[in-house]
Amino acid sequence: MSNKIKHHLTDNLLMSYAAGTLPEAFDLMVATHLSLCDHCRARTESFDAVGGHILEDQVEASPMAADALAATMALIAQGAQTPKAALGRCSVLPAPLRDYVGGDVSSIRWKPIGMGVKQAILPTTREATARLLFIPAGAAVPDHGHKGIELTMVLQGAFSDEVDHFARGDVEIADEDLEHTPVADMSEDCICLAVTDAPLRFNSLIPRLVQPFLRI
Amino acid sequence: MFTEIDTVAVEDVAAQAVASRAGRGMKRTKEKSVNGSKSNGTVKCEWVVHVKRIREAQDQAAFAELFRHFAPRVKAFLIRSGSDATLAEECAQEVMATLWHKAHLFDPSRATVSTWVFTIARNKRIDALRKQRRPEPEELTWGPEAEPEQEDVIALQQETVQLRTALLELPQAQRELIEKAYFGDLSHREIASQTGLPLGTIKSRIRLALDRLRHAMN
Repeated sequence: MSNKIKHHLTDNLLMSYAAGTLPEAFDLMVATHLSLCDHCRARTESFDAVGGHILEDQVEASPMAADALAATMALIAQGAQTPKAALGRCSVLPAPLRDYVGGDVSSIRWKPIGMGVKQAILPTTREATARLLFIPAGAAVPDHGHKGIELTMVLQGAFSDEVDHFARGDVEIADEDLEHTPVADMSEDCICLAVTDAPLRFNSLIPRLVQPFLRI
Repeated sequence: MFTEIDTVAVEDVAAQAVASRAGRGMKRTKEKSVNGSKSNGTVKCEWVVHVKRIREAQDQAAFAELFRHFAPRVKAFLIRSGSDATLAEECAQEVMATLWHKAHLFDPSRATVSTWVFTIARNKRIDALRKQRRPEPEELTWGPEAEPEQEDVIALQQETVQLRTALLELPQAQRELIEKAYFGDLSHREIASQTGLPLGTIKSRIRLALDRLRHAMN
């Protein structure tokens, strides 16, 4: 299922996800990519194994309270938390994104940001921003650079920029040095998940003026 | 049902793997760490049986043994990650209760029990200490009647023993850096500067398990 993915996540990101130290928006990107990419899922689970050894081989354990086991058995007797009902299936949004959108593609609350491009910001902690982007077939996202890191993963359709061609599951990792103009393929509207740890800066005047209001 | 014979077989294979690696003499291996890996590998395979007993028979004695081993480690992990002792005690109990409730989701062809407990403790840390949601990938699990092959389970548990040996052989400074990264003491920039974890063949072993799982699900 993941054979066609060419652009993967870095070891540093996967290790930080395994360690549990990333901002929520980045966790969402990693979890979404792993849902589509068994190559990165295996790499991540091997970083989990490193965590297992760190837990196992700590120099000093901390003794539990005398009644801890009994208290835990009482906790168990209360029953498991009822797992959230799975939000159906969707050929575009993997499970972690369905959780944040509250359903499938039709539940996304798009806001136009110009030239047919739309976005929907997802509810995460504010250290970083996650949003879905809709780029009409054949359209371009305005030329932009980045203050921090921006990860863009294709969910539907495909896009090309100065770097390469990106299809479903592929992640483009852009840093401060990359100025690029992603253009969606003609064949289909493109939907992406984009995560950034700093506001984007657009290079033409109008998008730059509206940027603070739109949080892009 | 798991019998004592199963356990012995698992221990034998793990011990043989360690012995053959030591015998190859590729590296100057410290006597102590080989013995440590051997007994550790045995212990880990044993924990797999414990989880199975909880899943299949709600075995409280098996749970009590797991609790004695893992709860103090989870508590220490949470304290080291910045929790106070009271919260860490409470969270460690919750982590162990989650282990009981999720025993049916544990896949020993992809993880050891230590790894699995680590992931539950890590998620608890994100939830209780950082007050953040934790998006997880879509679950891939064996159906109720299908189960991983015993040989896949043994192979994965062995790979993990080898990973541990490799980690113990790292230079002290690098090992400390990795520990800090997992306890949340490193910035992302600092993490970016350190690479080269000895993940060896464990990645391809897990990949193989995922492939089999996908195949079984189709």
